[in-house]
Amino acid sequence: MHFNNHNSTHEWVLKVENLTKIYGEHTENTLANTGPSKGTNICPETGSIVACANISFELFPGEVLGIVGESGSGKSTIVKQLFFDLDVTMGSALLRPFKNGEVNIFEESNQKKRFMRNHLMGMVYQNPRDGLNFAFTSGGNIAEKLLMADLFHVGKIRERAAELLDKTEVPVARMDDLPAYFSGGMQQRVQISKAIANNPPLLFLDEVTSGLDVSVQARVLDLIRGLQHELGIAMIVVSHDLSVIRMLTDRTLVLKNGRIVERGLTDQILQDPQHEYTQLLVSSLL
Amino acid sequence: MIENKKFNTSYNYAFIDETTKKEIRRKLLKAVCIPGYQVPYSSPEMPIARGWGTGGLHVTLAIIGQSDVLKMIDQGSDASVNACNLRDFVHMTTDCATTFDTREATIIQTRHRITEEKLSDKQIMVFQVPQPEPLRRVERYEYKTRQMHAESDYAKMWLTLYEAYVKWGDVMQGAGYPVMVNGRYIMSPSPIPRWDVPNLNNSECLYLFGAGREKRLYAVPPHTKVEPLEFEDVKFHVEDFSNVKCESTGYNVAYMDEMYQDDGVTKKFYVNDSNFLDKLIEKEEVVQHSNKYIKKIKDALQ
Amino acid sequence: MATILEVTNLRKCFNLHILNDKKIEALIDVNFSMEEGEIVGLTGKSGSGKSTLMKTIYRTYLASSGEMNYLSKTFGKINLVEADEHQILQLRRKEITYCSQFLKVIPRVTAIDVVADTIVKKESDRPLAREISTDLIKTLGLPPELWDAFPSTFSGGEQQRINIARAIIAKPRFLLVDEPTASLDTKTKDIVIELILGLKKNGTSVLLITHDEYTLQRLSDKTIHLQHGQILEQVFA
Repeated sequence: MHFNNHNSTHEWVLKVENLTKIYGEHTENTLANTGPSKGTNICPETGSIVACANISFELFPGEVLGIVGESGSGKSTIVKQLFFDLDVTMGSALLRPFKNGEVNIFEESNQKKRFMRNHLMGMVYQNPRDGLNFAFTSGGNIAEKLLMADLFHVGKIRERAAELLDKTEVPVARMDDLPAYFSGGMQQRVQISKAIANNPPLLFLDEVTSGLDVSVQARVLDLIRGLQHELGIAMIVVSHDLSVIRMLTDRTLVLKNGRIVERGLTDQILQDPQHEYTQLLVSSLL
Repeated sequence: MIENKKFNTSYNYAFIDETTKKEIRRKLLKAVCIPGYQVPYSSPEMPIARGWGTGGLHVTLAIIGQSDVLKMIDQGSDASVNACNLRDFVHMTTDCATTFDTREATIIQTRHRITEEKLSDKQIMVFQVPQPEPLRRVERYEYKTRQMHAESDYAKMWLTLYEAYVKWGDVMQGAGYPVMVNGRYIMSPSPIPRWDVPNLNNSECLYLFGAGREKRLYAVPPHTKVEPLEFEDVKFHVEDFSNVKCESTGYNVAYMDEMYQDDGVTKKFYVNDSNFLDKLIEKEEVVQHSNKYIKKIKDALQ
Repeated sequence: MATILEVTNLRKCFNLHILNDKKIEALIDVNFSMEEGEIVGLTGKSGSGKSTLMKTIYRTYLASSGEMNYLSKTFGKINLVEADEHQILQLRRKEITYCSQFLKVIPRVTAIDVVADTIVKKESDRPLAREISTDLIKTLGLPPELWDAFPSTFSGGEQQRINIARAIIAKPRFLLVDEPTASLDTKTKDIVIELILGLKKNGTSVLLITHDEYTLQRLSDKTIHLQHGQILEQVFA
């Protein structure tokens, strides 16, 4: 077989085009007035804030894509839009497992979006309180995701929850405890369990280790790598921490003022950064 | 028109003005068309406080005609103060006939019970509903619960059942057990005991629900599928009276009242539905609701 | 025998924006080619551009200009300078392996698993992969008590063995290896040399950086001397 006309567009699991999020009123000049070349993401004419603009990328099955940049660069905005936590201003995203990737998922009904969230995506937030309901037990939090996918068998739900907690190294005996009684690292593990409960083909990780101390951080990263290896989930890892990016990702997007300033293989971004901002970022690495 | 002697003015028939009654009837039609869906309505002022049965009263007054026979019950009893006053009020403003006999009635307004006696396709049962929103316990914002209903997003509701099972080994909710209506909307059946919940399913009569304070109407039309939420392995069940007997009749295949005696220790049980109890005492023939739970109890007795 | 890699007019210039756009010419007009099953040694002083060349081929560094035509099994002839990231990732997974001087591993993974992970595609492969991995580290003389220990705690020589085992276990088509024998004793050095020769016998092409004269003599079919980023001479063994 010859792959000389190898066309990679047939393989992506997620294809994002021109994803843009602007807060406040904006004019046609807003995008031109902002961005890394202007050093700001606030439009001087209208005062609107460009959280991210013209973000385009493809994610392949089993691939781990890193998004790196300083606070306020628009990293989280991207995944939050893809997970439907935020509305988009402009742009499209195609998701292969949904209608064979032929429709812009942002234009689908709320019900369809919820289906995608429950069946095709998982999200792990920086703050476990965003991803977990602290009024419910840790097992219950996982159960919620399974109930969303119409599993109405308590025995099977508990079996699956136990399996997931075991996989994420949370003592199964604590399944019926409230996450409020857990340590930060353990809460994060429960959140990961919940996110992967329905075997989604796509997982978003938003600064998952930022609030944790180093040894706990290492274990959570370990866990994510192990899960990636075992389940082959495509992931988008958002982090300001280059070591997290180095450890987890294959490719990386570098963001500044809401725009992609550089993209490439992660080892290339870290060892041969091209953009001035990336060079600064990498040289600041401890 | 019924003369009001005190202020020398006249009330409209059935107290509420015709336009408002028409509005309520229109909303009821909508409710019947979309079983289990909560229809907002005007909920006009009544001469009783909101929360004391205004919703039920609105519905009753909007649908009642002079040929109707009204029965009014409060937790199974025709004789409680509340039932008496509401019955008197409807009678005063409509001059309709009233009755204690379940079989005779064409409209039965009720608080927290369904009659033990089977209802026919000539009868309408009107429920007074304190909290029409079954999701309120899991979501405090109205705009969100509406969205959840619109999208059949009921995982949180199911989750409370799961959590109850984990905590207590059973789903403990006694009154107002949530039901799925017509496979589409989760509905609060008003605080009726579990015993009554299966009687909503595939009934002959029309069930109408009015929540005056919350300004919502909803309905379960005849022959609609109404299923209590249950897991595949943790099933819904009704109250168990197998170990007790009614002091007056010895009967126990009905919802029972538990009465503490004057010594404060001993308790006696009585059939809760007063008209049903009377008929049992008089040894009249009564046809009870039939559902799989009652059938199972009766089978076990034989 | 087919040419597996043909490098023409390769130039790599680092442009350091944060140091007032300072430019460092690391590779200047590099031309050479490699055949299938050939071992090419890269020598030169520190800073002569050996590692830069290797990393540029592996695409850790982006070439500034020139071509690197690689004859791939997956894509046929492909210019590594222009290939898209997914193609490079695929080549790295299936054909091209880079073995650096330093071991970078995930903490808390045992030695056997670090090596086995390379060939585990799905979890059901693991038992067999662990067997192969165990055989390999045994051959490399890693003491049995370390097999189930974490490599981050190993000595330099022990880490080096893990690193080599990890690089060769998948039998790559094209192996880039940086100082494979640097911190090893003579006996282990010979084992590593034999393992690399074994790969060569199976058709693997190897680009090798070494300061060690003995290793170079035993392995290389051709030696390229670099100086100041330029090829000084190519010597055939």
